[in-house]
Amino acid sequence: MERRWIRVTACDSVPLREGRAVSIAGREVAIFNLGDRFLATDNQCPHRGGPLCDGIVTGSSVVCPLHAWKIDLQSGLVERPSSEGDRCVGSYATRIEDGVVCVELDVSGNGEEHAA
Amino acid sequence: MKRLVVVGNGMAGMACVEQILKYEPTFRITVFGDETHANYNRVMLSSVLAGERSPDEIVINSLDWYRRNEIDLHVGVRIVDVDPVGKTVTGDDGSVTPYDTLLLATGSSAWMPPIKGLDKEGVFTFRTLDDTRALLNRAGPDTEAIVIGGGLLGLEAARGLQVRGCRVTVVHLMGTLMERQLDPSGGRFLMAKMKELGIRVLLGRSTASIRGDHRAEGVELADGEHLDASLVVVAAGIRPNVELARRAGLTVKRGIVVSDFMETSNPDVFAVGECVEHRGVCYGLVAPLYEQGKVLAATISGHRGPAYIGTVQAAKLKIVGVDVFSAGDVADDGAEPVRYEDPSLGVYKKVALRDGKLAGVILVGDTSDSHRYMDWLRSGADLADRRRHLLFPPPSADAGLDVAEMAESATVCGCVGVTKGAIIQAIHERGVNTLSQLKESTRASTGCGSCTSLCQELLRAVAPEFEEEKKKTICACVPFAEDRLRDILRSQKLRSVQEVLEIYGNGVGCEICKPALSYMLDMLWCGDHDEDRSARFINDRVHANIQKDGTFSVVPRIRGGVTSPEELRRIADVAEKYHVPMVKITGSQRIDLLGIKKADLPKVWADLGMPSGQAYTKGVRMVKTCVGTEFCRFGTQHSTAAGIEMERRFEQLYTPHKGKMGAVGCPRNCAEATVKDIGLIGVEGGWQVVVGGAAGKSVRKADLLATVETTEQALEAAELFFQYYRENANYLERTYDFVERLGIEKVRKETVYATETVRAGLLDRLAKSKARSRDAWLEGQAPRHPTQFEPIAVMEKVLA
Repeated sequence: MERRWIRVTACDSVPLREGRAVSIAGREVAIFNLGDRFLATDNQCPHRGGPLCDGIVTGSSVVCPLHAWKIDLQSGLVERPSSEGDRCVGSYATRIEDGVVCVELDVSGNGEEHAA
Repeated sequence: MKRLVVVGNGMAGMACVEQILKYEPTFRITVFGDETHANYNRVMLSSVLAGERSPDEIVINSLDWYRRNEIDLHVGVRIVDVDPVGKTVTGDDGSVTPYDTLLLATGSSAWMPPIKGLDKEGVFTFRTLDDTRALLNRAGPDTEAIVIGGGLLGLEAARGLQVRGCRVTVVHLMGTLMERQLDPSGGRFLMAKMKELGIRVLLGRSTASIRGDHRAEGVELADGEHLDASLVVVAAGIRPNVELARRAGLTVKRGIVVSDFMETSNPDVFAVGECVEHRGVCYGLVAPLYEQGKVLAATISGHRGPAYIGTVQAAKLKIVGVDVFSAGDVADDGAEPVRYEDPSLGVYKKVALRDGKLAGVILVGDTSDSHRYMDWLRSGADLADRRRHLLFPPPSADAGLDVAEMAESATVCGCVGVTKGAIIQAIHERGVNTLSQLKESTRASTGCGSCTSLCQELLRAVAPEFEEEKKKTICACVPFAEDRLRDILRSQKLRSVQEVLEIYGNGVGCEICKPALSYMLDMLWCGDHDEDRSARFINDRVHANIQKDGTFSVVPRIRGGVTSPEELRRIADVAEKYHVPMVKITGSQRIDLLGIKKADLPKVWADLGMPSGQAYTKGVRMVKTCVGTEFCRFGTQHSTAAGIEMERRFEQLYTPHKGKMGAVGCPRNCAEATVKDIGLIGVEGGWQVVVGGAAGKSVRKADLLATVETTEQALEAAELFFQYYRENANYLERTYDFVERLGIEKVRKETVYATETVRAGLLDRLAKSKARSRDAWLEGQAPRHPTQFEPIAVMEKVLA
């Protein structure tokens, strides 16, 4: 397993309180701009694979556009339905470098990332 | 049975009749009212003006109540004469009605001060529901309004107008606001609150005349200053209506003089309410009316005994966020004042003591203890051992203790006279669990409403299954009912979702309130708002309908279902070029291209060269049409053209929920107009315009809005309803729920049968919104953001 910080995209390519999907090393990652920070998770909702990047951001969570599952963007945990609270999506550490959003991921190619 | 004729269909008269009905039936009752409404709660008119209640919500006695009690009600008839010898009354409709017993409950009228030009158009009083309606019709954003009079009513009128968007100035003759209820310090605290709300107040200024030719253009003050205004409200006080009593030869001073048993100088004539003078006092508040009514009912029903000895006056200002309460005698002479003031909190409290007892109280900024003082005033309690706790109750460990401490005999509702004991009895014996049940059962809290929170506290403490009645709010993030919120956004001039959330919500918002607020702002400001796409559902960010696999469906606009070979060819080419997995004819005479990637949307739209069909949004989907007179041998109207024109007028606009329309050329109804949100049905010689139909999750036959002769009239009726729905429906409320909720009669009255001004207003705002709207698919060529459709490519290549 090889963790690496990857320079992904300029901060201003993700509008405030919206998300955007980006394909990194064969993995679809959703990046969200919360104003004071950026958060990154897998883009697929654990329910039916809906694109989380297209959801409405509420606080530091996102609501999936397909069936309104609510995902905590920091932990990746499902917040709603509460009965599914033990499920989660992968979430990734982020940082800003010279106006560029960087995401830390495992690029060895086979590791499913489940930072929680 | 004796004939009882009641002149006056207001709160006092009907409260008394309610009491009379509790005795053995001895009367056949006839009621005359010069207003055209059933008895309503006049005290609540300011809430109607401020949009907190609808006119229907303030009705006290419904028409059904009169019917049930076999009361012969004549509304819109003013009694103009009384013959005390022949014992008849004469109405302005020429009717002559005999009586055995006459009850005068004629109330009072607005006092018109000696100001020149009060007859000009644009000058209003604020006493009746009709006055309120007239004000509502006239008030609007950026109207300059002047209220003459800074008393209770004037200030409530001022706030109501301001909520409706007016810029308001109050001109008050005296040096203190509400000087009858407040002292100068209390007046200053209130003044500061009014200023905070953004209402200008001029004190110690007298109005000389209303300026303008026929219409009010402003006022001229006695000192020569000119103020501009197109709306002037006179709220300078009230005068008892005593003309009829004079004609009847009764003893009249300022009001109709009555004894402690509510008898006038004529044994067959009685009087109650604001028109009477009892022991030298004329009352202008609601509580005395109920007390007088009870006494009078006993006297009149042959149980003369209980006497009316006067009422402790109490007044509460009904402006949300401005708490003012005053009761008893607040004059300083000879009384011992005890005060507390905190200017930064805006709290001022003053009690006046006489002989160790409470004589009067003033509360500004915090009225939570008002019932404690009312209790002391009514009971005349000796306060010697409570001197240390006059202004604040002793600290208590239990928040509910306050209610628990009240004596069983203590009055909770001063207007109707309901004690704590009576409420507890209702809860235990009649299974009362909610405030509305309590109102129904005891009438408590149906007067001025100031005891509502106390009633609720009692229910919470005593009722086993107390249910808090909530007005439906959008969601927990923004705790306001939608109609209230619309008024707030309008008056506070808020234009962005985030701003609303930060000021009136939890600062965060969610997937429910954000789209609702987005809609509201777009509608209120006719498109001139700060559009925040992050607050919109994905469909409204990329103007296509998201599918289960994250791809999108594209439905171009095909107005009225009429297309051409060229359009069909382009659609076919697009379907091939982008390998569209499914091309489908929809249920609404359109074509759906399913399975398109977000990144391809702008190219697909460009290749189609057709506008958006809005199949993805809460907006106008389409107008389904039949071929009408064009080809059909049965057609009576050109429904295809009418439908296409309707679609053109409504397309590109947001609506509370999706809208599906129809236009048919004859009653055979081939395009199912009777189950559409708006349907035009061609008939011989004209159109029927129907609204509120549905054939989806619900099935509902549309109601008839209007029958008209020309296509243009039909389209205008549709436009009126369309804009009315946009402005008044809750978000995600379909027309069929909306029409059902309001009733088609109300919808008609406020659209096609509304006054010229109201109709022009609706059409004007629709035209404004329409002028700002544009085809959403134009964003394909000029995206709002570089990555709106375009996927992000990772900067740094990573080998997986």
